[in-house]
Amino acid sequence: MGGLPGMPWALPWPFDRTYMQLALLAAVVVGATAPLIGVFLVQKGLSLLGDGIGHVAVAGIGASLLLDTSPTWTALAVAVAAALVIEFLRTRGSATGDLALALVFYGGIAAGVVLASRSATNTNLQPYLFGSILTATADDVWTVLALGAVIVLAIGITGRALLAVVLDEDSARVAGIPARTLNVMLAVLTAVTVVMAMRIVGVLLIAALMVLPVATSRLLARSFRGTLLGAVGVGIVSSVFGLFAARQWALAAGGAIVLVAAALFALASIIAGARRAGAQADSLLAGPH
Amino acid sequence: MRIMLNSEADAPTVLAATDVSFAYGPETVLDRVNLAVHRGEFAALAGPNGAGKSTLLRILLGLLAPQSGSVEVFGVAPRDLRDRWRVGYVPQRPRIASDLPATVEEVVATGRLPKQGWWRRRRADDREAVDHALHSVALTEHRKKRLTELSGGQQQRALIARALAADPQLLVLDEPIAGVDVDSQRLFRDSLVHLLQEHQTAVLLVSHELGAVADDLDRVIVLKHHVMFDGPPAELAATGVSLGVHRDDLPLWLEELA
Repeated sequence: MGGLPGMPWALPWPFDRTYMQLALLAAVVVGATAPLIGVFLVQKGLSLLGDGIGHVAVAGIGASLLLDTSPTWTALAVAVAAALVIEFLRTRGSATGDLALALVFYGGIAAGVVLASRSATNTNLQPYLFGSILTATADDVWTVLALGAVIVLAIGITGRALLAVVLDEDSARVAGIPARTLNVMLAVLTAVTVVMAMRIVGVLLIAALMVLPVATSRLLARSFRGTLLGAVGVGIVSSVFGLFAARQWALAAGGAIVLVAAALFALASIIAGARRAGAQADSLLAGPH
Repeated sequence: MRIMLNSEADAPTVLAATDVSFAYGPETVLDRVNLAVHRGEFAALAGPNGAGKSTLLRILLGLLAPQSGSVEVFGVAPRDLRDRWRVGYVPQRPRIASDLPATVEEVVATGRLPKQGWWRRRRADDREAVDHALHSVALTEHRKKRLTELSGGQQQRALIARALAADPQLLVLDEPIAGVDVDSQRLFRDSLVHLLQEHQTAVLLVSHELGAVADDLDRVIVLKHHVMFDGPPAELAATGVSLGVHRDDLPLWLEELA
């Protein structure tokens, strides 16, 4: 069969092979957890933070190639440091918004490219830029599971307070909610998500998996809880169908996953538009009493 | 009609500012401001736009530190207050994230966090408190709607319910009447009167228009960088002008007082 050892059942094609099962597991965890962070980033107007931290993570990969350290943990250290710097710049306002962030972001990716070019090994950055989920090892998948668990746990504990913070930070602070600490935590979790997902969809596309499922589900959901759970569902569906398409037509898996997420967004937009039109027609038909 | 007949001087002080000053660069915004709000008292902080009301409010809430002077909330500095649920805050409506996909109930439930502990799950008494807060502002039937589907006045009431969900002993409201329809103003007034009578909650309302509640106030504090008037509204009226008739600003007589 060639399935994962210990897998109690055989999965049908295209998930019949070990590498596809590892890929499926990793992609589902990433698809489910990235939107948990994204839902708060979108609401804070920081949709592109994941993208920026992804750029900086490339510097971590470059450094790991040069120093012969673990790419994952080196990238994690660099990404977390970058997240803290960005959050500091953002809140202290010493460098206004996007220009300072752009410097951090592009400085990061440039450093990554330069460091990688200096490294003795010939490994290039590509698996991290675009993901290479089909070559993920069991160790890679364990890393994804561990980091995913950190995200689920953190959001499970702080989700209610984070909702209060994104709703209105002043009121949250008056209520004794440690808004600044939670903002820092969210930035760090963004870095964790980026590193978790870089082997799966690549740092250039990870922000899409944080943001697109959220954009999709908030079109259809009424409640915050519904938005959150819906985004997780969209993330999982995108991962499964993206992998399916990747095997079926020999496509790049990361890109295929994000394209499915984009297609789901388009579908949700059409449904939401039809709903609105329906509601308008109803109120016109009902008329004033 | 006055709601509270007991003298303010007898009731304990819940909020006090002593010689609070604040300047943005060379521009003095607050100049040795003194004020106190007592338990069960309904006080309004009034004054024209740009008079320093917002800055003073942020200082009173502990969001901003005064450059000199001090603030005490329930006897301690705002940052040292442990039981944060004792202070309920209703911000100006436009400060709320307007595109948040959250139901009225979810928004109100965030107001319960200081009482339940922000890291804890909601228990039965927390759910009851949220139900009660929704009921007290007549939004029970709208609880499952998105906040953004409500009218401006209904949204304002939802924010008041959020502040009430923790059963505060001091309620601070920032411009709660601005741009609110007449029905909502009446409901707003009724729920404040209920709070004052039943729960002895102190209310500090910051506004430049007091129309709907002018008759219910125990005290009006008029601020224009410093306190220009502090007393019952009847005395203010004796100067010949009532608050609330001017939508955008306080009338000219305040300039003369200065």
